[in-house]
Amino acid sequence: MDAMQHSLLRNARFKAWEPLLWLAAFAAPALLPGHALIVNEIAIVALFALSLDLVLGYAGVVSLGHAAFFGFGAYAAALFAKLVMPDPLTGLLVGIVAATLLGALCSLTILRGSDLTRLMVTLGMALILLELANKLDWLTGGSDGLQGVIMGPLLGRFEFDLTGQTAAWYSLTVLALWFVLARRWVHSPFGATLKAVRDNPLRAMAIGIAVHRRLAVIYTLAAGVAGAAGALLAQTSGFASLDLFALDRSADVMMMLVIGGVGWLYGGVFGAVVFKLLHDVISSITPQYWTFWIGLFLVVLVLVGRDRLLKPWQWFGAGKATPGASQ
Amino acid sequence: MSAPQIVLSTEGLVKKFGGITATGNVNLSLAQGARHALIGPNGAGKTTLINLMTGVLEPTSGRISLLGEDITRMAPEQRVNKGLVRTFQINQLFASMTPLETLAMVVSQQQGLGNRWWQPLGTHRRVVERCEELLTLFRLTEVMNQRTEVLAYGKRRLLEMAIALACEPKVLLLDEPVAGVPAGEREELLHTVAALPADVSVLLIEHDMDLVFDFATRITVLVNGAVLTEGTPQEIANDPQVKSVYLGHGEELAHV
Repeated sequence: MDAMQHSLLRNARFKAWEPLLWLAAFAAPALLPGHALIVNEIAIVALFALSLDLVLGYAGVVSLGHAAFFGFGAYAAALFAKLVMPDPLTGLLVGIVAATLLGALCSLTILRGSDLTRLMVTLGMALILLELANKLDWLTGGSDGLQGVIMGPLLGRFEFDLTGQTAAWYSLTVLALWFVLARRWVHSPFGATLKAVRDNPLRAMAIGIAVHRRLAVIYTLAAGVAGAAGALLAQTSGFASLDLFALDRSADVMMMLVIGGVGWLYGGVFGAVVFKLLHDVISSITPQYWTFWIGLFLVVLVLVGRDRLLKPWQWFGAGKATPGASQ
Repeated sequence: MSAPQIVLSTEGLVKKFGGITATGNVNLSLAQGARHALIGPNGAGKTTLINLMTGVLEPTSGRISLLGEDITRMAPEQRVNKGLVRTFQINQLFASMTPLETLAMVVSQQQGLGNRWWQPLGTHRRVVERCEELLTLFRLTEVMNQRTEVLAYGKRRLLEMAIALACEPKVLLLDEPVAGVPAGEREELLHTVAALPADVSVLLIEHDMDLVFDFATRITVLVNGAVLTEGTPQEIANDPQVKSVYLGHGEELAHV
């Protein structure tokens, strides 16, 4: 009995390395002030990847248009700062709420159909929003982007400076808060029913789970998370442009998630770190051809498998799977 | 002896796929605590009937009642919440979860905790207690922390049934529970079928006649989507019509 409860609760418990990881992340902007901007970027895309992981990794819904929510949150936050008030936290909330509402609306489109249908529908949604942002240029600035977004100080005290330290800590904090929340979700009974829907929707229905409602709920929640990431980007860069909705962005975030590991909350975080660092390193060596190398890396990773790639000592041993390696 | 209460019944149930009648005017009633078997040759429409009862398919016409309530158009998951639960002929499990996680998830859902997002799975003692009972009953305790996809076939078959029982069914539809189970693991499965709680009404679909005649107190024979006959095991065993259907079927099989 206690052993059972223990093994059920084990997954939900923090591991020893986790506080160290977060400590390192929060120390980074102070220790490497020259790299605070990239820390900020990584925190933002990690949050975006976390959002995709909730949908793809935990509910099994594929999406090629996740940038729809990212961009929507970003534009909402930027417009709010420009037109209403420059307070970052209120703007962040506006971005989250806007993307959540959009997610609730879009969730109706992903309930039916196969993976291919979902890929196309989500892709289409992002394209629609891209074109709307382009056409409504009186509001969004069209293809010039939304300029002149000036943010007020965070909590009325901390100005967003050029080095990006404030931005980095702001984004890291928002990432950490969502992470803790998402962690609660995925380890709860609610999260377990999501995994059930992902693994076998037919059986999930046969045990009394309202499959469509579950999918709609997680899609909506994840849209809000993506909106938060978008809002952070718009706020910390003081700019919103059409490429927020671009297919590249949806594809990149999926790549990050695949690199880091789908269906594991740290997958998005690690994927974002690896992706951004690879980008930085490779493009400093060969600025034009970095996509070649990231492409090659992706192909090798997927074909060989992350586990085998990371554990070369297993290459020549008996092919014994390690139990409980994830989640 | 007063007539026992009818828990599940179909009236004039018809399902057509285009021009083909898969289920033709089926009237079937399942009494409280029944041990009722549904038999018939391959393609007789047994699984279609289950799919109609559970709401996976919508009938062309006819009526289905559960505990006196019309459920003909009710969503599948709502029928489950009303106590109508099934198992599958081909295992439908949650591959990446362990038996313990699976059952904890099902029990939580059943106990109305399925929407809890702020507490870890397994926080509630009563969920864990029920999991322990089920794991013991279905002899899954040893393997409770292994991922379902690596379990032996017999164990997966047991989990298939444990999941259904975790839904606390009033009516349980067992779709060929011992199908494909190797001889060594069969005994365990038959034992658990026999040990199902007496107050749960069971409709068993099965090809294995030993199991059917051991288990059932009533048998319905389905042929070409329609009820051929219904009766006690004794009556069915001596029914010349049934014999001819199965003999014919046997010959077909011999030619395959």
